[in-house]
Amino acid sequence: MSRFASAFRPDHSALVCFVTGGDPTPDATPAILDALVEGGADVVELGMPFTDPMADGPAIQRANLRSLGAGTKTADIFAIATGFRARHPNVPLVLMGYANPMTIRGADWFAAECTKAGVDGVICVDIPPEEDPELGPALRAEGISLIRLATPTTDAARLPAVLDGSSGFLYYVSVAGITGLQQAAQASIEDAVARLKAATNIPVAVGFGVRTPEQAAEIAKVADGVVVGSAIIDIVATEGANAPAKVRDFVRSLRTAMDHAREKTA
Amino acid sequence: MTLINSLRTQPDDRGHFGQFGGRYVAETLMPLVLDLETEYRKAKADPAFHAEFDDLLEHYVGRPSPLYFAPRLTEELGGAQIWFKRDELNHTGAHKINNCIGQILLAIRMGKTRIIAETGAGQHGVATATVCARFGLPCVVYMGATDVARQAPNVFRMKLLGAEVVPVTSGAATLKDAMNEALRDWVANVDDTFYIIGTAAGPHPYPELVRDFQSVIGKEARAQMLSRVGRLPDVLVASIGGGSNSIGLFHPFLDDPSVKMLGVEAAGHGLDKEHAASLAGGRPGILHGNKTYLLQDEDGQIIEGHSISAGLDYPGIGPEHSWLKEIGRVDYTSVTDTEALEGFQLLCRTEGIIPALEPAHAIAAVRKLAPTMDKDQIILVNLCGRGDKDIFSVAEHLGVSL
Ligand SMILES: Cc1ncc(COP(=O)(O)O)c(C=O)c1O
Repeated sequence: MSRFASAFRPDHSALVCFVTGGDPTPDATPAILDALVEGGADVVELGMPFTDPMADGPAIQRANLRSLGAGTKTADIFAIATGFRARHPNVPLVLMGYANPMTIRGADWFAAECTKAGVDGVICVDIPPEEDPELGPALRAEGISLIRLATPTTDAARLPAVLDGSSGFLYYVSVAGITGLQQAAQASIEDAVARLKAATNIPVAVGFGVRTPEQAAEIAKVADGVVVGSAIIDIVATEGANAPAKVRDFVRSLRTAMDHAREKTA
Repeated sequence: MTLINSLRTQPDDRGHFGQFGGRYVAETLMPLVLDLETEYRKAKADPAFHAEFDDLLEHYVGRPSPLYFAPRLTEELGGAQIWFKRDELNHTGAHKINNCIGQILLAIRMGKTRIIAETGAGQHGVATATVCARFGLPCVVYMGATDVARQAPNVFRMKLLGAEVVPVTSGAATLKDAMNEALRDWVANVDDTFYIIGTAAGPHPYPELVRDFQSVIGKEARAQMLSRVGRLPDVLVASIGGGSNSIGLFHPFLDDPSVKMLGVEAAGHGLDKEHAASLAGGRPGILHGNKTYLLQDEDGQIIEGHSISAGLDYPGIGPEHSWLKEIGRVDYTSVTDTEALEGFQLLCRTEGIIPALEPAHAIAAVRKLAPTMDKDQIILVNLCGRGDKDIFSVAEHLGVSL
């Protein structure tokens, strides 16, 4: 909780960076996570690979398959998380993934492992508020934030249900669609963020389709956080051994552009 | 008066069949499945909806399908009488069209203008393309690239009917991957698109509405049995991919305690090798919007199903079957590819009916079951599809080149 509070500060927009754990191999992930932090990421989202990533576009689908192809197990993801926590005591770490790998050994088991590994929050794509008993109570009992998604289809009537029981931050999925493809128009993002911030006190981060420093900067003007995933995954996919350095440079370019945008509006 | 404890009132109002079912979808889709549920409740209560559904089933699909006593198969197996519910005679050659008629009427009620579907064997794809042509709606069918290759005749049929067939190359490129891709399309086209799911699975209310539309099979069969032989059958047998033809046959009989039921999963190369028997070889998990038995590893990663029949190689099963298994109302068994091929040929030779490879699994199970029963007992088998689509793959397995 306090880690999220220091990441989402009033004086800046937090940069939230996603990579798939174990892509291309479990051994390669720690250096990539370190590069995210060195480049200026405020929150790290570690994807748990799944065979059937229904909400993801081609880039993250392939990252999932590369990871599983390299033999990544759930135990590896928790080992990566544990190592990250030891090296970065203050950076919030979020596990993101799908319901089945999270619940297969029981939600209590999963929540306890999250605590042991120093995980701050969990995003589960396919557990909407209607199925909250599957995972939410176990996480809350351990003090792990359940970070929910709000989307362009989440209307005013539904929003309270989405907010109920969520903590850490609210993840606004700016497009109705899968990860990594088109980006929403800035005007619609501004409207949505205003609507969400009127309904909740937790920070609102915006993601899906954010690929460039320019886009990140525009969103940083209005949102508490910006989420970037597929663009980083693409670097991991193409750069091989050079990936950490390239990822760090790219993340730094996002961070710099976001800070400039805030200075100008301030 | 006492009320019986009916087994026919599932799911509960949250879409759960016991611990199974539910609505495990991304937030973007949640408002859509809630809308669909609201609209389905209204349609279910609307006599005009039922009248249109019944009219299309009668005059377009060709219902009721016959109930047929199979004398030579019965004699050959030397036990119980074997009767077939002949849904292979439906327009488009399988039970799939019953469900597609119902869902396209719902889509039209909801003002949707674009239809998507997933398909394995291609039967559901053909049935969806058919109703789209009939109602003049554009249709996109997602089909695993592996299935596109092994079901070429159905791919051509869908194209003739005006559908766009999109080969899916992710994963093992079969039915599960086609369903992932259809869900991705739906998430990106939430305003105009209706997703016609082909089996009694997926997020609530799909398992319920697909079952309701397919229940025409069991309702007709029950009435036909009573009028032809004056009593109910002793055992119902049906093959299971996602479970729609079987739940359609079983559901109207669930409260008839004298009627036993047997669902037949695909054991592929054998339950200790590659197969598609989720109940026999899987355990409960969450995929494609519902909690149900799934083929998966210890980490919850989904394992691809395998079956000689493209319509059965799905690593999951509709949630109502998972519940019926756990409460013990329905028995489930499985037969291998080889046994299914034998069942296929047996029906061809004895009754002059070429079945699809899916019901060939049911016939293979009957071949083991019938001899253990008395001659005055009755087995009712769902002959849910015809074999035209399968002759090429059967020829290949029998080592014949066409
Ligand atoms: C003829 C036929 N039977 C059975 C199936 C399996 O599906 P279900 O279990 O939903 O009936 C299929 C699927 O394509 C089919 O084409």
